[in-house]
Amino acid sequence: MNLTTTYLGLTLRNPIVPASSPLSRTPGELRRMEDAGAGAVTLFSLFEEQIEHETEMMGHYLDYGAESYSESLSFFPPPESYHRGPEQYLELIRKGKESLEVPVIASLNGASMGGWTQYAKEIEQAGADALELNIYWIETDPLVTSNQVDERYREIVAAVAGAVKIPVTVKIGPYFSSLPNLAKNLYESGAHGMVLFNRFYQPDFDVEAREVRPKIEWSSSYELRLPLHWVALLSDWIDLDFAVSSGVHNRTDVVKAMMAGAKVATCASVLLDRGVEYVGKLVSGLEEWLESHEYTSVAQMQGSMSYKRVANPSAFKRANYMKELQSFPPPPPALRR
Amino acid sequence: MKSWITIDGNEAAARIAYRASEIIAIYPITPSSNMAELCDEWSVRKYKNIWGSIPVVQEMQSEAGAAGALHGALQAGSLSTTFTASQGLLLMIPNMFKIAGELTPAVFHIAARTVATHALSIFGDHSDVMATRSTGWAMVFGGSPQEVQDLALVAHASTLRSRVPFLNAFDGFRTSHEVQKILEIPDETIREMIDEDLVKAHRERALSPDHPVLRGTAQNPDVFFQAREAANPFYQKVSDIVQSEMDKLQTLVGRSYHLFDYVGAPDAERVIVMMGSGAECAEETVAHLTAKGEKVGVVKVRLYRPFDIPRFVASLPATVRSLAVLDRCKEPGAIGEPLYQDVVTALVEQPHRNRPIVVGGRYGLSCKEFTPAMVKAVFDNLAVESPHNHFTVGIVDDVTHLSLDVDSSFSAEDKDSFRGVFWGLGADGTVGANKNSIKIIGGETENWAQGYFVYDSKKSGSVTVSHLRFGPNPIRSTYLIQKANFVAIHQFGLIYRYAVLDQADIGATVLVNSPYQPGELWEHLPLSFQQQVIAKNLSLYVLDAYTVAHESKMGVRINTIMQTAFFALCKILPPDEAIAKIREAIQKTYGKRGPRVVEQNFAAVDLALAALKPVIVPAKAFSRVGMRESVPAEAPAFVRDVLGEIISGRGDQLPVSAMPVDGTFPTGTTQYEKRSISLDIPYWDPEVCSQCGKCVLNCPHGVIRAKMVAEADLIGAPSGFRSATPKFRDAEGSRFTIQVSAEDCTGCALCVEVCPERDKSDSSRRAINMNPVIEITDEQRAAWGFFQTLPDEPAMAEEPIYDNAKSIQLLRPLFEFSGACAGCGETPYLKLLSQLVGDRLLMANATGCSSIYGGNLPTTPWAKNHTGRGPAWSNSLFEDNAEFGFGMRIALDGQRQQALHLLEPNRETLGDEVTDTLAAPEKADEATRRKRRACVDELKARLKGTTRPDLVTLLQLADSLVDKSVWIIGGDGWAYDIGYGGLDHVLACGKKVRCLVLDTEVYSNTGGQASKGTPRAAVAKFASGGKPTAKKDLGRMAMTYGNVYVAQVALGAEDSQTIKAFIEAEAHEGPSLIIAYCHCIAHAIDMQRGLDQQKLAVECGYWPLYRYNPARALRGRNPMQLDSKPPSRRLREYAEREGRYRMLMQSDPAAFEELIQSAQTDVDDRWAAYTRLATTQEVKK
Repeated sequence: MNLTTTYLGLTLRNPIVPASSPLSRTPGELRRMEDAGAGAVTLFSLFEEQIEHETEMMGHYLDYGAESYSESLSFFPPPESYHRGPEQYLELIRKGKESLEVPVIASLNGASMGGWTQYAKEIEQAGADALELNIYWIETDPLVTSNQVDERYREIVAAVAGAVKIPVTVKIGPYFSSLPNLAKNLYESGAHGMVLFNRFYQPDFDVEAREVRPKIEWSSSYELRLPLHWVALLSDWIDLDFAVSSGVHNRTDVVKAMMAGAKVATCASVLLDRGVEYVGKLVSGLEEWLESHEYTSVAQMQGSMSYKRVANPSAFKRANYMKELQSFPPPPPALRR
Repeated sequence: MKSWITIDGNEAAARIAYRASEIIAIYPITPSSNMAELCDEWSVRKYKNIWGSIPVVQEMQSEAGAAGALHGALQAGSLSTTFTASQGLLLMIPNMFKIAGELTPAVFHIAARTVATHALSIFGDHSDVMATRSTGWAMVFGGSPQEVQDLALVAHASTLRSRVPFLNAFDGFRTSHEVQKILEIPDETIREMIDEDLVKAHRERALSPDHPVLRGTAQNPDVFFQAREAANPFYQKVSDIVQSEMDKLQTLVGRSYHLFDYVGAPDAERVIVMMGSGAECAEETVAHLTAKGEKVGVVKVRLYRPFDIPRFVASLPATVRSLAVLDRCKEPGAIGEPLYQDVVTALVEQPHRNRPIVVGGRYGLSCKEFTPAMVKAVFDNLAVESPHNHFTVGIVDDVTHLSLDVDSSFSAEDKDSFRGVFWGLGADGTVGANKNSIKIIGGETENWAQGYFVYDSKKSGSVTVSHLRFGPNPIRSTYLIQKANFVAIHQFGLIYRYAVLDQADIGATVLVNSPYQPGELWEHLPLSFQQQVIAKNLSLYVLDAYTVAHESKMGVRINTIMQTAFFALCKILPPDEAIAKIREAIQKTYGKRGPRVVEQNFAAVDLALAALKPVIVPAKAFSRVGMRESVPAEAPAFVRDVLGEIISGRGDQLPVSAMPVDGTFPTGTTQYEKRSISLDIPYWDPEVCSQCGKCVLNCPHGVIRAKMVAEADLIGAPSGFRSATPKFRDAEGSRFTIQVSAEDCTGCALCVEVCPERDKSDSSRRAINMNPVIEITDEQRAAWGFFQTLPDEPAMAEEPIYDNAKSIQLLRPLFEFSGACAGCGETPYLKLLSQLVGDRLLMANATGCSSIYGGNLPTTPWAKNHTGRGPAWSNSLFEDNAEFGFGMRIALDGQRQQALHLLEPNRETLGDEVTDTLAAPEKADEATRRKRRACVDELKARLKGTTRPDLVTLLQLADSLVDKSVWIIGGDGWAYDIGYGGLDHVLACGKKVRCLVLDTEVYSNTGGQASKGTPRAAVAKFASGGKPTAKKDLGRMAMTYGNVYVAQVALGAEDSQTIKAFIEAEAHEGPSLIIAYCHCIAHAIDMQRGLDQQKLAVECGYWPLYRYNPARALRGRNPMQLDSKPPSRRLREYAEREGRYRMLMQSDPAAFEELIQSAQTDVDDRWAAYTRLATTQEVKK
C-alpha cells in the first residue's frame, strides 16, 4: 500500500502529521512521533510577540524597585541576557533534523509584521524543512475593514515567503468574508500551502466570579466538518497544498480529509488525549481502510470528494443549506419548553 | 597603556580582592554588599584570578559564619577575603583576633559604616573599624575610589609579606557608592605586586595531614603572655613593609602613597590630621586656602594600624603650630577619639620640635556632610589662641556647645567643573540614567568625572537626588554639590515639596520635566521658585517627558529622555557625538532586552530633542502657588518642628537639642506625612460592596478603613462622604462606611484585585475601583478628616467577635501608611497583628525591611488608639531579635510575678475587688482585659502618693498585671539564617513569645540575596544559577519540640486561616511561630497580582497552609491540621509566573528543568510528610 503523500514539495511516508502543540517541545518527543509513524512532525509554535513581551516584562520586573532605596539598588544578579530569543527553538529544530528522518516543520505564531521575517530566516538556517505561519488575529476595531484584514495576512505571507527559500504554509482561522479570495491572495503572495484551521480561542465565562476565563478544550471529530468543507471547496481552485486541522480523531477522519483534497491530516487533541503513539493507530487504520476498500494509494483517493468531484456539489453551497434547514424536523411537543 | 574606568569605591576594592583571592566567604550587609555581589557575578561568569582559577564565592549565614569559614580557608592554605561593615565587622571580631594571633595573611575590605547605637544607620563613619583596633589587624584607609583600589592592592601585597592581616577600609556610601573616573590597575601589576614566594610560604604553613601540626591550642598563665609577645617582630616590620609596597606600586603605576601623606603649604602652621574621604575635601579646601596665602595643610593617614610614630611626626611640616585631629566616630567617655589619642600619644613619645597644640574633633558621623566650609571652620579654630578641643563640626550643638561655627557661604568648588543636581524618583530611572551619563563622560571625554546618589528612606515613591561633577581637574569634592550650574527636576511635583533650586548657582541652567508648555509653566511655579529663577538669573528649559515617553512607548520611564535633554544642554560633547554616545549606551544597557526596547529608547532620544524648549522668564515673580506643607500645621509640636523638618530635607539644620537623647520617638507619625505619591487611588462603591472586609484586610498601607457608626454621627458629614446600610448583625440603625486616605495611598491596587464583588451591570467594576487622580481634592481630604473624627468603637448592639475579615475591618489598625513598597506582601500581616493585639503589643523587630518601614526616620507607621495605647516597638540587631524579644518576655513575666506577690499582703489597702480581680488568672478576652485595666487604674488611684516601699514597687509594676503580648518579628534572613540559633533557643525555652516570620524568601531589604528560605530553582543573588537546594522547612523543625504552636499562612490564599492562626498563636500557652508567605518585588512579579501568586503557591502545594497546635494534643486530638487542599496544580504553573524563576528558564533552560523537577519532588515529599503528620492517630494524651 502506498501511503505516501506530497506536501509543500516534501514527500511524506504517510499523510498523518502531528499538529503544532505542546507535545513537540523536546527532541525526545519528536523522536517518539517519528517512531509512532508520523509522516512529518510539526514543532510547537514560536510566538513572535511572546518573545518580545517576555523580554520587556523581564526587564521591567527585574528593574522594578531598583535604584530607589540605598540598601537595595538592585534585586537580582545581572542576567547575561533578558532576551530569550528563539535560540531554544532553533536548537530543537537542529536536534530534530539531526535525529529524524521525517521532515521537520517549524511553526511561527504571530499577529503583526514584527519579527516574522527575522525569525523565519533563523528557522530556515536551523534546518527546518518547511515553515507553518500561524496567523491569529481577532480584529476588534470597527473601523478596520475586512479588506484591510485580508491585506494584513497577505503582507505577512509575502514578507516571509520572500525572505526564505523553504516552503511556507499558512494556518488561519475560518472566519473570513471570502476565504477563496484570501486563499488566492496568499497563493499569489508566495504561500505553498494552507492549514485549515487553527482553533478559535473561545474563553468561557465564570458567572460566579463574573470573569472571563481562558479555556481551551480538545477538539472532537464533529469539528472536522468545517475544514473538510473548505478543503473540498478550495483544493480544486487553488494550487496550494492543504492540510486539515481540527477534528482529526480517527482513521475515518483521515480518510475524509484525504477525500476532500487535503495532502495531510494533522491532529493534536487526540494525541494529547491518547498519547503520541496513537499516530501509529491512525496510520495502520488508514492502511486497513484503504486495503479494505481496495485503494492502492493515498494519492488515489486525495480530492476524490472535492467540490468538483462529488455527485452533488450543491451540498457544499447555499442551496443545500436551505434544504437542510427546511427539512429539519421540529422537536416533538414534549421536548419543547 | 593606561586604562581609565568609571566605577564606584566598592567595585574598586572588589576588582583587586577578586583577582588576589581564591576563597571569598561573605554575608550581605549594606554598604558592602555590592562588593560580594560583584565577585559572585564575576565568579558565575568564570572570570579568573591572577592564578588562573575562578574564586569560590560562598554566602554564609552571618558575618560570624563568614569569618569562621575564612579562618578555615586560610588555615587550609587558600588566599581568602571578605567584605563587610558595621555590625557585620563586629561579628567577625572573635575570628579576627584568631586570624591575627596566628599571623595569617588576609584582607577584609570594609565599607566603613556606623555601628548602631541609639539608632541604626546604614551610612558611613569609622565606628565599626575603630571597634576592631585591638584585634591586631593592620588598617589602611582610602579616601576615593582610586585610593581604595590602590590601597587594596597594597594591603593584599603587604599581608603576605608581613603575615599580619589587613583591613582595607573606606567610607561607606561616600566612597563605596561614589562613582569616579580612575585608572585601572591591570592584572599584570597585581601579579607583580603579589610575591609568589610569599604565596608559597602561606600555603606551606597550611594545615595538612601530610605534614601535621597543631594550631589553636589552649594555653595557661605560664606561657600565654610570652606567646602573645612572640609576634612583636612581625608588627614592628609592618610599617616598612607597607611603605615598600607603596613604593613598589608607585614604580608600577606612578601613583605615590606614604603612610602619612602631607598636602598643603610647606610652611603650614595649622594642620588637620584625618583619614578617609574627608581628607579629600580637606585637600581641596587646603588648595583653595593656600592659593590665597593661608598657611594650612592636611595629613592624610593611610596606614592607621600599626601607627608609625616616626613617620607621622616626620610628615608634619616643621612650621606647624597647631593640629586638629578629626575622627569620624565617637567614643563616649574617652579622653578623645581614637586617632586623636594616637596623635597625642605619638607627639608625647616623639615630640615635634614646635610642640604644636593638638585638639581633637568629631565630624561626619553617619555620612553627615563634611564640606570645605567645615574644613575652614576647623582651620579657623586652630587660628585662635585657645582652640576648642573635643569639638564637633557639621552640626549645631546647642546643648553642650561643642560645635564649631561654620560659615556656610564658603565654597571651594572648582569653578571650572560642571556640577549638576538631578531630582527624580526611584521609579523613573533618574539614577540609572545619571550613572550612565557619568560613565559616558568619564569614558568618552578627557574630563574627570564623579557621581554620587542620595536616596530616600522610603521604599515606595522614594525621591532620589543625583550629584554629577565633571571637569578638567581631579575631583576631590567628597560632599554634595552646593553650587550647581545645572539643576534638573525630573518630577514636577517635587517643585512643591522641596527647595529644589537652593543649590542652583548664579546663571545656572534649570531643566524641568513639565506637563505644562513653556508659555504656561510660569504660573504653575511656586513663588519661591520664581523668585530664585529671577534672582539667580537662571535659564529655564522644559520638556514634557511623560508625553515623549508615551509617544515612544516607554511607559513612565523618562530616564533616556531626560538624559538626552541633559546632554543637549550641558554641551559636554558636540550634539551629534553626544547623541551617538547615548545611543551606544542604550544599546549596551538595553541590548539584552531585545531590539524593540532599544528602538523605543532611540525613538525617545529623537523625540526628546524636538520637545526640549526654553522658557522666557518674566521679569517678576507673581505666583499664588505655595509650597506644600511637609506636615499639617495642627500636627504635634515635635512632629511639626523636628520630623517635619526632616521630611522637608532640612534635617541637617536641626540642632542637637531637637533630638531625643536616647533614640526614643513618638509613634503614630506617618499620619502627618502626606506624600500623595499615587496617580490612581481607590474609590469605594457602596452599592456594589458586600462589606466583606477583604480590601481593608489586604491593603498593605492601611489606607482603606471601615467603621460602623451611629446614624447620628453622620450629621454634618461632608459631601462626598459615603456610607451604606450595614450588612452586619446587631447593626440596625447604624451606617457602615469605608474611607480611603487618598494622600497616603501608594496605588498598588491590591484592594481591587482582592475585591470579590462585581457591579451587576458592568462586570469590569468592583466594589472598589482605581481611578486616576491629578490632585487630591479638598472633598477627599474632608471625607477622610471627617472619618477620623468618627468613633472607633463599632456602633452595634453587641460587639462582634473579631475572628474574620468582615469583623476585623472594624478594628482600628495601629500600623498605617508605611513607606513599604507599593503592594508589599509583609505589611498586611503586621496591620492584622496590630488590629488583634495592638493595644498590648511589645515588638522586637529584626533588622530588615520591616525595621526600615517600621522604624526609619522621619516617621513610623506604628500608631496609637484613642486610649493612647498601641504597639511599643524596638529593633535591637539583625542576629539577636529572638533573644531580644525573649528578654522582654521574661522581664514582663518577672514584673508580673513580683506584682502578684504584692497583692494579697496589701488586700486591705487595695480592696477585695481589685485584689481578687488582679490575682485571678487572666483570661484572654477583651471584657476581662477591660476589667483588669479598670482595676489597675483603681490600684494606682489608691496607691497614689504612697511611700511604703512595697506599695511603691507595686505601683511601679501595676501595669504588668494586664498581660502584654510580645511578638518577635523578622524576615527569612533573620529566622532561617543569622538569627536561627537564637530563634531555636527561644522556642525551646517554652515562654509565651510569638514569632512571626515575614518570609519573602530572600534578603529583601539588602537587595535580594539568597537565604535558606529561598526555594529551589529560584534565582537570587548568590544563587545566580537557581538555588540548588530546597527551602528549609522551619515550621517542621519547630514542631519537633512538641510544645511550639506552628502555623504556615498565606493571607492571599485563605485569609480566614491566617486570622485563625494569629488568634491561636496569641492564645497559646507557650511559644508560637507563624511563617507567613510574603510576595515581594524581589520575586519579579506584578505586585498587583501578589495575592494571586499566594493563592497559586498554596494550590500547587508549594506553600501548604497548616496549623500545628499542641493544645489539641492535650485534648487527645492530632495537633497538626492541614488547612489547604491537596495540590491541584503543578509547581511549574506557579513558578513560571515569577521572574525569579523565569530568569533561569531563559538563561539556562536545562538547569531550570532539572531544578524545577527537583523542586516538584520537594513539594510532593513535603505534602506527603504533612499529610502523614495530619493523619497520624498517635497523639499525646
